[in-house]
Amino acid sequence: MIRLLTLLALLLAGPALAQAPDPYAQLAGDGYAEIEAGVAGLAASGDPRAGAVLSALSDGRLLARPSDKALFMRQGAALVDAKTGAPAADDPSLKAVRTNNRVRRGIEAAQGQLNLVSPDPAKRREAADAVFKARDAAALPALDTALAREKDAGVRQAMTEARAAVVLAKSGTSEADKLAAIPAIQARGDGDAMGILRGLQADPSEGVRAAAGRGIAAIETRLALLRALQNVWYGISLGSVLLLAAIGLAITFGVMGIINMAHGEMVMLGAYTTYLVQEAIRTKAPALFPWSLAISIPCAFLVAGLVGVLIERCIIRFLYGRPLETLLATFGVSLALQQGVRSIFGPTNREVGAPAFMSGAFDLFGLSITWGRLWIIAFAFAVFLGLLFVLRKTSFGLKTRAVTQNRRMAAAMGIRTPYVDALTFGLGSGIAGIAGVALSQIDNVSPNLGQGYIIDSFLVVVFGGVGNLWGTLVAALTLGVVNKLAEPYIGAVLAKIGLLIFIILFIQKRPRGLFALKGRAVES
Amino acid sequence: MTRLIDLKGAIFLGLLAAFCLVVPVLNLAVPAGSGLHLPTYLVSLFGKYLAYALLAVSLDLVWGYCGILSLGHGAFFALGGYAMGMYLMRQIGARGVYGNPVLPDFMVFLNYKELPWYWLGFDHFAFAALMVLLVPGLLAFLFGWLAFRSRVTGVYLSIITQAMTYALMLAFFRNDMGLGGNNGLTDFKDLLGFNVQSQNFRVGIFVATGVALALGYLIARVMTVSAYGKILIAVRDAESRTRFLGYRPEHFKTLAFTVSAMMAGVAGALYVPQVGIINPGEFAPGNSIEAVIWVAVGGRGTLVGAALGAIVVNYAKTVLTGAMPDAWLFALGALFVVVTLFLPRGIVGTLVERFGGRRAAAKLPPEPAIPPKLAEEGQGS
Amino acid sequence: MERPATALGPANKTKVTDALLYVDDLRVTFDGYKALRGLSLTLLPGEMRAIIGPNGAGKTTMMDCITGKTKPDSGTALFDGKHDLLALDEPAIADLGIGRKFQKPTVFESHTVADNVLLALKGPRAAAASLFGWRNRVAGERIDAILTTVGLIAHRARPAADLSHGQKQWLEIGMLLAQDPKLLLVDEPVAGMTDAETAQTAELLRRIAGEHAVVVVEHDMHFVRALQCRVTCLHEGAVLAEGSIDAVSADPKVVEVYLGR
Repeated sequence: MIRLLTLLALLLAGPALAQAPDPYAQLAGDGYAEIEAGVAGLAASGDPRAGAVLSALSDGRLLARPSDKALFMRQGAALVDAKTGAPAADDPSLKAVRTNNRVRRGIEAAQGQLNLVSPDPAKRREAADAVFKARDAAALPALDTALAREKDAGVRQAMTEARAAVVLAKSGTSEADKLAAIPAIQARGDGDAMGILRGLQADPSEGVRAAAGRGIAAIETRLALLRALQNVWYGISLGSVLLLAAIGLAITFGVMGIINMAHGEMVMLGAYTTYLVQEAIRTKAPALFPWSLAISIPCAFLVAGLVGVLIERCIIRFLYGRPLETLLATFGVSLALQQGVRSIFGPTNREVGAPAFMSGAFDLFGLSITWGRLWIIAFAFAVFLGLLFVLRKTSFGLKTRAVTQNRRMAAAMGIRTPYVDALTFGLGSGIAGIAGVALSQIDNVSPNLGQGYIIDSFLVVVFGGVGNLWGTLVAALTLGVVNKLAEPYIGAVLAKIGLLIFIILFIQKRPRGLFALKGRAVES
Repeated sequence: MTRLIDLKGAIFLGLLAAFCLVVPVLNLAVPAGSGLHLPTYLVSLFGKYLAYALLAVSLDLVWGYCGILSLGHGAFFALGGYAMGMYLMRQIGARGVYGNPVLPDFMVFLNYKELPWYWLGFDHFAFAALMVLLVPGLLAFLFGWLAFRSRVTGVYLSIITQAMTYALMLAFFRNDMGLGGNNGLTDFKDLLGFNVQSQNFRVGIFVATGVALALGYLIARVMTVSAYGKILIAVRDAESRTRFLGYRPEHFKTLAFTVSAMMAGVAGALYVPQVGIINPGEFAPGNSIEAVIWVAVGGRGTLVGAALGAIVVNYAKTVLTGAMPDAWLFALGALFVVVTLFLPRGIVGTLVERFGGRRAAAKLPPEPAIPPKLAEEGQGS
Repeated sequence: MERPATALGPANKTKVTDALLYVDDLRVTFDGYKALRGLSLTLLPGEMRAIIGPNGAGKTTMMDCITGKTKPDSGTALFDGKHDLLALDEPAIADLGIGRKFQKPTVFESHTVADNVLLALKGPRAAAASLFGWRNRVAGERIDAILTTVGLIAHRARPAADLSHGQKQWLEIGMLLAQDPKLLLVDEPVAGMTDAETAQTAELLRRIAGEHAVVVVEHDMHFVRALQCRVTCLHEGAVLAEGSIDAVSADPKVVEVYLGR
C-alpha cells in the first residue's frame, strides 16, 4: 500500500523526493560509483531536465565545480546551471564530470527509461525496443511503470515484448513467469525473438524448453513465409520494371507489328531527359526538385515520342511488311542513338537524384518495403491502365486498332493511316520514354541503359502473346516473380539463364504466347 | 540446272586464291625493309576478315536461302572458338604462370582441384577439331529442330536466337562454367607444335582460313544449287505451300541451320588463334546482328556477297575506329539504315541484277502487300 | 490431338469404307465462331464434286481440315478408307496423295515455272534425297509435258513471279498434275480467268477426273455447270443440299441462301 502510494507520489509529485539523495550532488561526486548512482537517481527522479543533463554527461559537456559541487552544462558557447537552467558565468576551476564504461552504460539505460515515459509515442517505442535489445533487468521497474500508463496499442506491445525479454534474461525468474513470457516473444516472431527462445533451450525446466521449442518452430514457419512473401514482393517489383520496359513495345511490336530494336534507346532517352530536367531544376529553380520526376514525365514522353515519330516517318514507314528489314534498320538507329548520347553526355553514368518521397522504407507485417519500389510499381500500373484507356476508350485508340487490323479498310473509311501510324509509334516510343523516367531511379543512366532491357522486353511481349496488353502485364509479373523466387536457390545469373531457356522452350510449345488469339487468319 | 561455279563464284574463288598467294609472298618473301613488305599483324588482320567472311557465308546460307534471320550466329562462332581455345589452353601445359601441367592458370587461380569432365580430350587436336563442328552443330540441331518443328518463324525465331546467344553469354561469364569466366581463354602458346606468335604460323593459319572459306562457299553452293536449295528457297518464300506438296520444311531448315552453325564454328576456331583470345563478349547479341549487316551489305542470297560484305565492312571498321573512334558506331548505324532502305539486295545482288539479268540465283522474297504481317495476325477473325 | 476415339487407330489399316474421302460430322470453332457444324461428305475414287455455298459456309475450312492445316474439334475424316486424316500433318497427308490448289494462287515466285513443277513432281520428299538424289536428275520432258498441258510451255524459264494471275492459276494446276495425287482439292480455280480460259479449265478438270478424284470449290455457276458433276451446297458449316446441278440449283433452300431471287 505504501509502495503504491509512493509510486503515485513519484508520478504526480515529480522532483521532490525527500528520502532520496540529491542526484545532482552525486553526479558532482568523486567516485564512478557515486556518479553512476547519480545517473540512476536522476533517471528515476522524473526531473524534466534529466534528459538534457544526461546527454550533456555522455557528451562530456557536464562540468562540476569542485568547491561547492555545483553542476553546469556547456551549451554551445554558453554555460548554464544544470539544476535550474539559469545562465552562469564561466569559471576556470570547472572540471568535466568523467565517465567510464559502466557509467556510460548507466547513461544509456537511464536515457532509455526516460524515453519510456516520453510524450512522443515514437520515442517510447524506440525506448522499448532498446530495452528489448539490452535486456537490462534494472529497466524492469521503469518498464512496468511505463506499461501501466501506456495507451498506444503498438507501443504497449513493444513494451510487453521488452518486458518478456527482460524477464526471460534475468536470473531467478520462476518457471511460471518464463512460461508466461514466452508467448509474447513468440508473437514478435523475428530473428531476435528466435535468438531469445534459442537461449532458453538450455533452461533447466523441461516445460520452458518445450514451450521455447514450439515457439521456435512457429517463428521459423513465419519467417519462411515472410521470406517467400518478401521475394514475391521483389518479384513484383522486378515485374513492374519489366512491364515498364516492355509496355511501349507492346504497342509498337504487339499492336503495330514493328520490330523496333531502338526501343531500349527510347527508354534511355527518357532517362537522360530526366537527368536534363533535374539539372535545369538544380540550377534554375531548386525549390521544384521534389517535383522533378513529375515534370520529367511529360518531357520524356515528348522527347522519346518525337524521336519515335521521326524514326517512323524517316525509316520504318518504308519497311512496313518487311519485319526483318525493320529489325536491322532500327538496330542501326539504336547504335547511332547510343553513340550520339555517348558523344554528348560522355560514356560515364549520369547522376539522377531521388526526391525525398522516393527514399526510405517502411515495415509492413514484417516485410521491408522501400518507397522507391512502391512508387515504381504504382507508376507501372498507372501507365499500363492509362495506355489501356487510350487504346480502348479514345477515338485515337479506335483508329489505331482499325488501322492495324485492316489498313485498307481503315483508309477507305477516311482514316489518315500514315498519320495514325506515326502517332501510334510515337505513343509507344513516348511510353518507353516515360519508363526511362522511372528506370533512371533504379538503374545507371548511361548510354547502354537501353541495351539491358531490349531482349527482356521482347521476351515479355512474345511470352505474353503479341497484340495482347493484358498478356504483357501477366508475362512481366510472372517472369519477375519466378525470377526472384528462383534467385535464392540458384543465384541471380542462373535464374536469368533459366528463365531465358524457359521462354525459348515455351515459345516452341506456344509460338503465339500465353494469350494467343485463335482463328483461320492467325494460322495463315 | 544451275552450274556449281557460276561467273561470280569463279571471280570470287579466283580472287580468294590470288589473295591467299600474294599475302604470304609479300609477307615471307619480300624483305622487311622493302615498301612492298606486308607486316605480320596485317596478315592476321586479313585472316580475321576471312574468318568473318566464312561466318557471313554461313549466315547467308540460312538467311538468304531459307529466310531464317538468325540473330544468334555469333554463338556458334564463339562455341567453335571456345573449342579451339580449350585445345590451345591444354597445349600451354606447364608453361603457365602457375606452372601446373594439367590445369590452366585460371583454374589454379579459382582453386580447381582437377580438370572438369568437359575439358577431357581437348589435349588432342583431332578431338578439339571434332568438337569445333559438333558442339555448334548439335546446339543448332536441337535448337532448330525444336523451333522449326513448332513452326516458329520470322521475327519470333530471330528473337529466340537472340535470347539463346544472350543466355550463353551470361552462362560463359560465370566463373563456375570452368571456361575462364570474364577473362575467357588466352595466353596461347602453340597449335600442333607451331608457336602461335610466329610469322610462319600466322601465314599458315591465314591460308588455312582462306581454304576454309573456299570450302565453306563450295559446300553452301552445292546445297543451294541442288534441288535441296530450290526447296529451301521455296520454304523461304511460301513455307506452308511446301507442306502441301509433301515436304517437311523443318527437316530442310534444320539441315541448313546445322550445317551453317558448323561452318560458323569453324570460322570461330580459325579466328581464335589469330586474335589470341576468346571471351564471353563474343556471344554478345550485338556481334551477331553486326554479322547480319555484313551479309545485307554484300547481298543476301548470293554467298559471294556475304563474304565480300564481311570483308568490306570490317575493313571500314578497322580504318574508321583507327581514324575516328566515335564515328564508327554512327557509320555502322547509318549502314544498317541505308542498306535496308536503299540497297535491299546488297552490293553483289544489285550488280547481278543489273548485269546478270535473270540468272540471279536467288531473288529476294516477294514483298507482301502493305498490312504488316504481324498486325494482320494480331486480330483473329 | 483431342479427337474422339474412333474404331480406327492409326495402326488399323483395314478399309472401313470404299469411299476415297469420308468426312463425317466435322466441327470447328474459331474463338467461339462455329465455322463447321457437323459437316459430312463422301467422295468415291475418281469422282468429281463441285462445292458451292455463300461466303462463310465453311468451304475453305473444310479443305483446311482435310489437308491437315486445321485440326477440328471433333469429327471423322478418312482417306482411302484407312487413313485417319485428323491424326496426320500436312506433309503426311500430301504424301498419301492429296493435292491442293489454294484460293489465292500460291506458287514459288522466285523459282522459274519449270522449277515450280520440278518441286511438285511425285517422288522422294526427304531432305537428303533432294540434296544429291533423283530430283537433281529429272529429265526435262516430264516437266515439259505438264507445262504443255497447262499451256505454259512458252514460259518455262520465266520466274513464276512474272506470270499473270490466271497463269499462276494454271501453274498451280500444273503442279497438282505433277504431284499426281489420288485426290485434288481445287479452291476457286477460275478466279481471274477469261471465259475462254474458264472453259479450258473445266475441260482440263473433266479430263483429270476419272483417274483422280477432284473436289472443286467455285462460285462461278457457269463453270460448275460445265464440270458436269454432282454438286454439294454448304451453308453455315453443314451440307444444305446435294445432287445434280439442276436439282441443287432448283432447291428452294439453296435459292434462298445462295443463288438469290
